[in-house]
Amino acid sequence: MLSALFFYLFAIVCVGSAFMVIAVKNPVHAVLFLILTFFNAAGLFVQLGAEFLAMILVVVYVGAVLVLFLFVVMMLDVDFAELRAGFLKYLPIGATIGLLLLVELVLIVGAWVTAPDIAVQSPTPPLAQVSNTEALGQILYTRYVYLFEAAGLILLVAMVGAIVLTLHHKRDVRRQSVAEQVGRTREKSVELVHVESRRGLS
Amino acid sequence: MTIGLSHYLTVAAILFTLGIFGIFLNRKNVIVILMSVELMLLAVNINLVAFSAFHNDLVGQVFALIVLTVAAAEAAIGLAIVVVYFRNRGTIDVAEIDLLKG
Repeated sequence: MLSALFFYLFAIVCVGSAFMVIAVKNPVHAVLFLILTFFNAAGLFVQLGAEFLAMILVVVYVGAVLVLFLFVVMMLDVDFAELRAGFLKYLPIGATIGLLLLVELVLIVGAWVTAPDIAVQSPTPPLAQVSNTEALGQILYTRYVYLFEAAGLILLVAMVGAIVLTLHHKRDVRRQSVAEQVGRTREKSVELVHVESRRGLS
Repeated sequence: MTIGLSHYLTVAAILFTLGIFGIFLNRKNVIVILMSVELMLLAVNINLVAFSAFHNDLVGQVFALIVLTVAAAEAAIGLAIVVVYFRNRGTIDVAEIDLLKG
């Protein structure tokens, strides 16, 4: 009974704040509502027994990705009111397509059944004995280790790509070149001249 | 009443629809479009975790982890492109992103 209450609490707040994400005028508010959506989705994950993913959702998603969104929204000096123009123009077609899609999805959810004789094929650890995080680690680092490495590579490529895209050097700023400094020799930098008296160097 | 698999699937379906609706509604603002994509990916994750939990099969959660990784990478790259584009053109209006003449 209590779990049903919490499910409805999380689900309703989740859906409501997701609607506010696309409906509010100010993008900063939209990001904040997205954070609320993700927190409630994390609550749903906890109810499903996926504690590790719930914590990842809060730490990685809310802590990193959505704060990144917040940074970008606040850094860009964009006239958001101008971008809102034509908001109502696409409301009818968007609502029609969205409603059609929702009806189709709900019809699928209502009509769908699992095959009764299906068996779990994957090597799932005994979930009653180990915690969710431990069970996930047992299969993630053994059977799915290549998938795990691929995820790491994706993050590496994304990191390098984001840096390459946004890094730019201003042309008129003098920069330190360590190789040039270290490669300096005495012959190239110091010149000894013999100055005759009363003649000067000219 | 007990909460079954279809309850979670319905929540995910509504979130996914809201994501698509958001793309239609804010089709000039790239940042809100990216946020709508995040909503849709969250809906997919809820589906994966719900199936994983109700079928006692952890592979769904492994895949949800991969989806989360790809979503984070996509957000980082997308926002980097938005920043570079804003630096060059002074706007983030999607309708004016036509330099490639697509």
